[in-house]
Amino acid sequence: MVLAVLAIWYLAVVPMNVQDVLTRAERAGEPVSPPTAVERRDMGAWALVMRNPGLLGESWSLDRPRLPAPHQVAGELYRSTIDEEINGRRGIVRSGSLSNRSLVYHGGITLGATFLGFVIGTALGIALAVGIVHSRVMDMSIMPWAIVSQTIPIVALAPMIIVVLYSIGIQGLIPKAVISAYLSFFPVVVGMVKGLRSPDAMQLDLMRTYNADPMTVLTKLRLPASVPYLFASLKIAIAASLVGAIVGELPVQKGGLGARMLAGSYYGQTSQVWAALIMAAALAALLVWLTGWLERRTLRAMGGQP
Amino acid sequence: MSVSALDPAPAPDAATPVIAANALDLTFQTADGPVHALRNVSLDVPKGSFVSFIGPSGCGKTTLLRCIAGLETPTGGSLTVNGMTADEARRARAYGYVFQAAGLYPWRSIGGNIRLPLEIMGFSRAEQAERVARVLELVELSSFEKKFPWQLSGGMQQRASIARALAFDAEILLMDEPFGALDEIVRDRLNEELLRLWDRTQKTICFVTHSIPEAVYLSSHIVVMSPCPGRISDVIESPLPKERPLDIRDTPEFIEIAHRVRDGLRAGYEE
Repeated sequence: MVLAVLAIWYLAVVPMNVQDVLTRAERAGEPVSPPTAVERRDMGAWALVMRNPGLLGESWSLDRPRLPAPHQVAGELYRSTIDEEINGRRGIVRSGSLSNRSLVYHGGITLGATFLGFVIGTALGIALAVGIVHSRVMDMSIMPWAIVSQTIPIVALAPMIIVVLYSIGIQGLIPKAVISAYLSFFPVVVGMVKGLRSPDAMQLDLMRTYNADPMTVLTKLRLPASVPYLFASLKIAIAASLVGAIVGELPVQKGGLGARMLAGSYYGQTSQVWAALIMAAALAALLVWLTGWLERRTLRAMGGQP
Repeated sequence: MSVSALDPAPAPDAATPVIAANALDLTFQTADGPVHALRNVSLDVPKGSFVSFIGPSGCGKTTLLRCIAGLETPTGGSLTVNGMTADEARRARAYGYVFQAAGLYPWRSIGGNIRLPLEIMGFSRAEQAERVARVLELVELSSFEKKFPWQLSGGMQQRASIARALAFDAEILLMDEPFGALDEIVRDRLNEELLRLWDRTQKTICFVTHSIPEAVYLSSHIVVMSPCPGRISDVIESPLPKERPLDIRDTPEFIEIAHRVRDGLRAGYEE
């Protein structure tokens, strides 16, 4: 699977970069067909590849390719993490603190915002779900708004949130966490409403025979019963939190993977963008896996069947 | 239809019935019009008796039990439990209720499930532990306190749920077809155990079933009910001795009572 993706990727690099490759070949004095960039501009990429099969050697080693080859991205990833920290002037080995050119540093910034947003989003989601289950008014009124909130593109809303919060003196970590929470509360609400309502009539009747008050029913029955639902939601929410944090970093440019991606695309550093993308994907995978691990541990402690 | 009327020399406690229903009516309003779940049900349950409610499905026996438990509210007539209204009795935690399914919380161990009502009712930690140990002993599950429900068989789970209903020492035990989902061999054993438990704890038990042998074997009083609308068609006081080995079911007395129950059930249909 991974090999297939890599193969397709390597193949796709050729047509994607063919214009640049041929321009460089022309400048180096090689016979290129057709001979001028203006003629080549309007031609299909595959046609150019077919007409100049001997000149494509540079496709996988351009300085600023449209699509960098996997090994270029891997190299960039290595340079901007391990290499930067060990050998870089401001790396952790030479200066004692993470380099602000390193993806480790930027990943850390993003991760901080992700966690804060995730915690806020989860807490908000659980609180809303408890309200929805216990109050008919909230049941009728909150869900439509929660759904509407998720239909607004977050890239459109994120700058507004940042501007509004900045105008009341809040900046830095909090606005990113707010955007992150905005994305992550929704799956938690949906999952928790279902989870809190999962006890059947008999289990609720049992509580009535004990004359248990609603608070007791919540803590002794509804919340424990909703834990499996909660974890299913948390896996979605943590990934959404990460996306939210990255989107929140795009307009601010004060560090973070989102800032790196945008900076890379400003300066045509596609391998930098891809390296940041892969870093983000790896972080997401790690976070989801961590959530899954916590889920397995929790459910086992709650008497789940192995 | 007083059950206690036949008691020759009533003890002072038995004089006032633990549960007294008088002309009880319950009508459910449904989309298809009103459904008469109970009509003109009058019944006295004396203290310390074992009363079975038997009848075909839809005869309102479970509904009657739920009314006694304060889980349903009758639309007419009067009902007192321990001299209070059913709802007050529920608030006073006057009864333990055993449902058709064990309904143990899967995230709590067996001990934890039995501790649940004790936690809610505010018993001290030491007393919780002491009571859990005592009722587990009573249902012969002492070695399973730390196990989780899925590790137990269906019969054991149901015994744990009986222990849970006994844990807070309510005077009344309401049981809604507790053994309905179990196979006959397990059922026989649990029936025997339940009789022993009744003997030892001296509780008043109301027991819903649709098995004639089960009702006759267990009960001091059998209430035969018939459907549409749910009502009592016969009340039989069992002449069987309190000591009942399983093979009492082959004696002529037992078979005669079973006959009378069957006749009552049939009469309910033919009306």
